[in-house]
Amino acid sequence: MTSVTATFPAIKALQRPDPWRSGVVLAALLLALPVIVVFSFMFVPAGEVWLHLKQTVLQEYVTNSLVLLLGVGIGVLAIGIPAAWMVSLCEFPGRRLFEWGMLLPMAMPAYIIAYTYTGMLDFAGPVQTQLRDWFGWGYGDYWFPDIRTLPGAVLMLSLVLYPYVYLLSRAAFLEQSICVLEVSRTLGTGPWAGFARVALPLARPAIITGLSLALMETLADYGTVQYFGLATFTTGIFRTWFGLGDPAAAAQLAAVLMSFVFVLIVLERWSRRRARFHHTSTRYSHLPRYQLRGWRRLGAIVGCSIPVTFGFLLPALQLGAWALDTTDAWLKADFFALVGNSLMLAAITAALAVALALLMAYGRRLRPSQPVNLAVRVASMGYAVPGTVIAVGVILPFAWLDNTIDGWMRAQFDISTGLILSGTLAALVFAYCVRFLAVSLNTVEAGLGKIKPSMDDAARCLGLAPSRVLREVHMPIMRGSLLTALLLVFVDVLKELPATLILRPFNFNTLAVRAFELASDERLADSASAALAIVLAGIVPVILLSRTIGRSRPGHDQTVC
Amino acid sequence: MTKLLDVENIDVGYGHHTVVFDASLRLKKGAIGCLLGPSGCGKTTLLRAVAGFEPVQRGRILLAGDEVSRDGWTLPPEKRQVGMVFQDFALFPHLTVADNVAFGIRRWPSDKRTARVQELLQLVGLPQYGASYPHALSGGQQQRVALARALAPKPRLLLLDEPFSSMDVELRETLAREVRTILKHEGITGLMVTHDQFEAFAIADRIAVMHAGRILQWDTAYNLYHQPADRQVADFIGQGVLLAGMVVGETMVDTPLGAIAGKVPTGCRKGCPVDVLIRPDDIMLDPASALQAEVIDKAFRGAVFLYTLRLPAGATVLCQAPSHHDHAIGERVGLRPDFDHLAVFPRRE
Repeated sequence: MTSVTATFPAIKALQRPDPWRSGVVLAALLLALPVIVVFSFMFVPAGEVWLHLKQTVLQEYVTNSLVLLLGVGIGVLAIGIPAAWMVSLCEFPGRRLFEWGMLLPMAMPAYIIAYTYTGMLDFAGPVQTQLRDWFGWGYGDYWFPDIRTLPGAVLMLSLVLYPYVYLLSRAAFLEQSICVLEVSRTLGTGPWAGFARVALPLARPAIITGLSLALMETLADYGTVQYFGLATFTTGIFRTWFGLGDPAAAAQLAAVLMSFVFVLIVLERWSRRRARFHHTSTRYSHLPRYQLRGWRRLGAIVGCSIPVTFGFLLPALQLGAWALDTTDAWLKADFFALVGNSLMLAAITAALAVALALLMAYGRRLRPSQPVNLAVRVASMGYAVPGTVIAVGVILPFAWLDNTIDGWMRAQFDISTGLILSGTLAALVFAYCVRFLAVSLNTVEAGLGKIKPSMDDAARCLGLAPSRVLREVHMPIMRGSLLTALLLVFVDVLKELPATLILRPFNFNTLAVRAFELASDERLADSASAALAIVLAGIVPVILLSRTIGRSRPGHDQTVC
Repeated sequence: MTKLLDVENIDVGYGHHTVVFDASLRLKKGAIGCLLGPSGCGKTTLLRAVAGFEPVQRGRILLAGDEVSRDGWTLPPEKRQVGMVFQDFALFPHLTVADNVAFGIRRWPSDKRTARVQELLQLVGLPQYGASYPHALSGGQQQRVALARALAPKPRLLLLDEPFSSMDVELRETLAREVRTILKHEGITGLMVTHDQFEAFAIADRIAVMHAGRILQWDTAYNLYHQPADRQVADFIGQGVLLAGMVVGETMVDTPLGAIAGKVPTGCRKGCPVDVLIRPDDIMLDPASALQAEVIDKAFRGAVFLYTLRLPAGATVLCQAPSHHDHAIGERVGLRPDFDHLAVFPRRE
C-alpha cells in the first residue's frame, strides 16, 4: 500500500495551489526552456543560410555523424561486452583489479585523449621518433596512419565511452544470468553457447541502455571532432553561429541534432522498460566463475589490459610527462586563476543542481501526481542534450530578454541596461544545471529511495513532528547521497567543454577551455597541466562508482540468483 | 467499562474514493484485536486511520475516551502515544539496534533510557545485539527490534501492520504467540492487521473479518468459525462446504445428511431454500451408520486425514478423521453428522 501521508495531500492539491507542485513544475519548465527554444526553430521558415547549409554541408554532417555513431557503436560493444563477461563470469589473475580498472577511461574526456594521441603519434611525437631511431627511416620513407581522421575519432571515442556498455552489461550479467545459465546447462547447453543463447539475450536491454548512453555522448562530442577537423553537427553549429553569424540556422541545425538524440532517448527508455521484466528473483547464491587456464587466461589478461592501457594509462602517462616538462610554463599565478575559476563554477553549479534535485525528488515523493512526474522527467532530459545545443538554447532566450529589457528601459527612462544575463556566469551555470540535473537527481532519488515511507510513519509514531523527521531521519540517511551528487556534478562541470566555450563571459577561462585552446594552437605540451588536472578530478567519480559496485551485493563473490 | 479504543462508524478514503465504510469496533484495555481480510479489503487503511495517518470522512475515533479523529480534524500521529510495527519493519538504517529502540524515548534521562532499551532487548530475546546495525540482522530479528522500538515509549495502543508477512510460514504462528505473550506482559492493547487467519487466531482476543471495506463480523475466533455472520465470513474462515437444504420446521433443516436441528435465519419460513455450512469436523466416520458416502479424495495431514466424500445425492462434503481411519479412494464409508452449532444462510439466486 502506498504511503498515504503522501497520496492524500495530492488530491487536496488539485483544489488549491500548492507550493511543491508549482515549484517543481516551474523549475522543470525553466530547465526545459533551452530544448523548447531549439525545437521551436524547427517551425521557423528556413533562411538563406539554412538553404546554403542544406545545399553544401548538411549532407556531410549527417553522413559523418552517422558513420561516427555506427563506428563508436560497434567499438563500444566490441570492447564493453567481452570485458564485462570476463570480469563477471571468469576467474583469472588480476580480475578484481580489472573490475574497476576498466572504468578508468571514463575519467578521460574525449577531446583530451584525442589530442594526446595526436601528440603521441605525429611526426615529432615519441612513437614515430622511436620508429625512425630503430629502423633508420627518414621523413617520407614510410607510411604512418593519421589519427586525425574519422576512423581515428571513432577509435578515440570508443576508447573512452566503452565503460557505459561495460558497466551496464556487467550489472546485467551479474544480476540475471547465473541461475538461468545453470538451468540452460542442465538442459544441455555448453558454457559458451549458454553465453550466446541465454546470457547475452537476457542482458540485451541493459546493453542497449549502455549503448544509447555512449551514442548520446558521441553526438554531444565537440572537442574531438573539432580537433580532428571533422564536419559534424556540433562543429557545424559552432561554424554557423560564429563563422556565418546566423543564430537561427545554428538553432535549426541544433534541432536536427536533437531529433537524432531523441531517437536515442526513445531507444534507451524502451530498453530500460524491458529491462524490468528481465529481472529474476533476489536470492543470493554463490557465483561459480569459469576458471580460465593456459592461453585463455593469458587472452583474458591481455584482452582486459588493452582498453585500460590505451584508454587511460598511456594517455595519462603522456600528459604527466608533458606536464613535468613544462612546469615552468604553467606553475604560475594564471594557472591557479584557471583552477579557481573552474572550481568556483563547479561548486556553484553542484550546489544549485543538488538543490534543484532535492526540490524535484521531494516534490515527487510528497506530491506523486502525473504533472509532477512529467515535470521531473522533462527536467532530467538534459543529460541527453549536447552541450552545444543547450548553449544555443540558452543564449537565444537570454539575448532576447536582455534586448527587450534594454529596449524598454531606453524607451521609458532613456537608460541602456545592456546585457544583463547573456555573457554572464549566470547563463553558464544555468546551462550546466540543464545538462547535469539528471546526474544529481538520480543520486538524490536513489538516496531518498532508501528512506521508505514507512520510516517517516514510524518516526512520527515515535513522537517526531514532520520537521524533526526531516532532521533526524532524512538528513543522516541522505548525507552520503547528497555528497556523491555534489561531487558528480562538480566533476562533470570541470570536464564540460562546448557549452563553456560558447557561454563563458569574455576573457573568462576554465581548465577545460584553456586545455582545448592550447591544444588547438598545437601547444599540446603546454595544455597538459590543465588536461591532467581534469583527468585527475575525473578519477573521483570512477572510485565512487567502483565502490558502489562493490557494495551493491552482499559478499563480493556472490550474485543475485 | 474501560474502553481503550473506540472506533465509531468511520468512513476512510482518499478524496472521493472511500475505502472503508461504516467501520466500528471497540477494544478493552489490554485486549488484542485483529483486522482480518484479503488484500485490498481496507484493513490497512482502517489501521492507519487509528494511527492518525488517515483522516476520517465520517464518524470518530476515541482513544481512552478522548476524541482523536473526526471529520475535518485529526490529531497527528506523534501526539497519540500509539506505537506501530510496520510490514517492512522500517528500522532506521543509520542507527544501531539500541539507538533504534531508544528513538522514541530520546527525552528520557539517560540511565532510565539505557535500562529500558536493555529491558526490551531482553524481552524480545536480543540482549546482545544492541550495538549491531539493522542490516546485519535476519528478518525475524529485525521484526523483534521493530517491536521493541514500538514498545519502548509504553504506547497506549500498539498497531501491527502485517508484521509477520515476510517471515517463513512455519515461523508466523510462533511469532504471533510470542508477540501476544509480550503484549500481555506489558499490558498493552494491540490491534493487528493480517490476511492469515491462523496468525489472527494465535494472537487475537477478537477478530474483525473485513471484506470490500466493511467489517462483516467483529467476534472471537471460535464464533467466527462456528457461527459466521454470513457466507463471506464462512467462506473466508476455515474450510467447509455449503450444502443445499430446505427449512422444514421452526428449527429444523432438511439436508442430504438428513434433518438437522438448529437456528434458522430470520425471514426463512418452512419450504425456504437455504445453505448449511458443514465443517470438516462436523462429520464423523462411523462404520455402523446407514448413511454411506464414497471417498473421492483424501489428503494426509499427519494426525488426521481430510477426506472429500460424495453423498448418495451427489453433493460433496469434507470430513476430518483421525489418521488411523485409512480408507482408499473409491471406498464407501459410513458417516455420521455431529453438530454443536448450525450455521444456515438463505439461498442466493
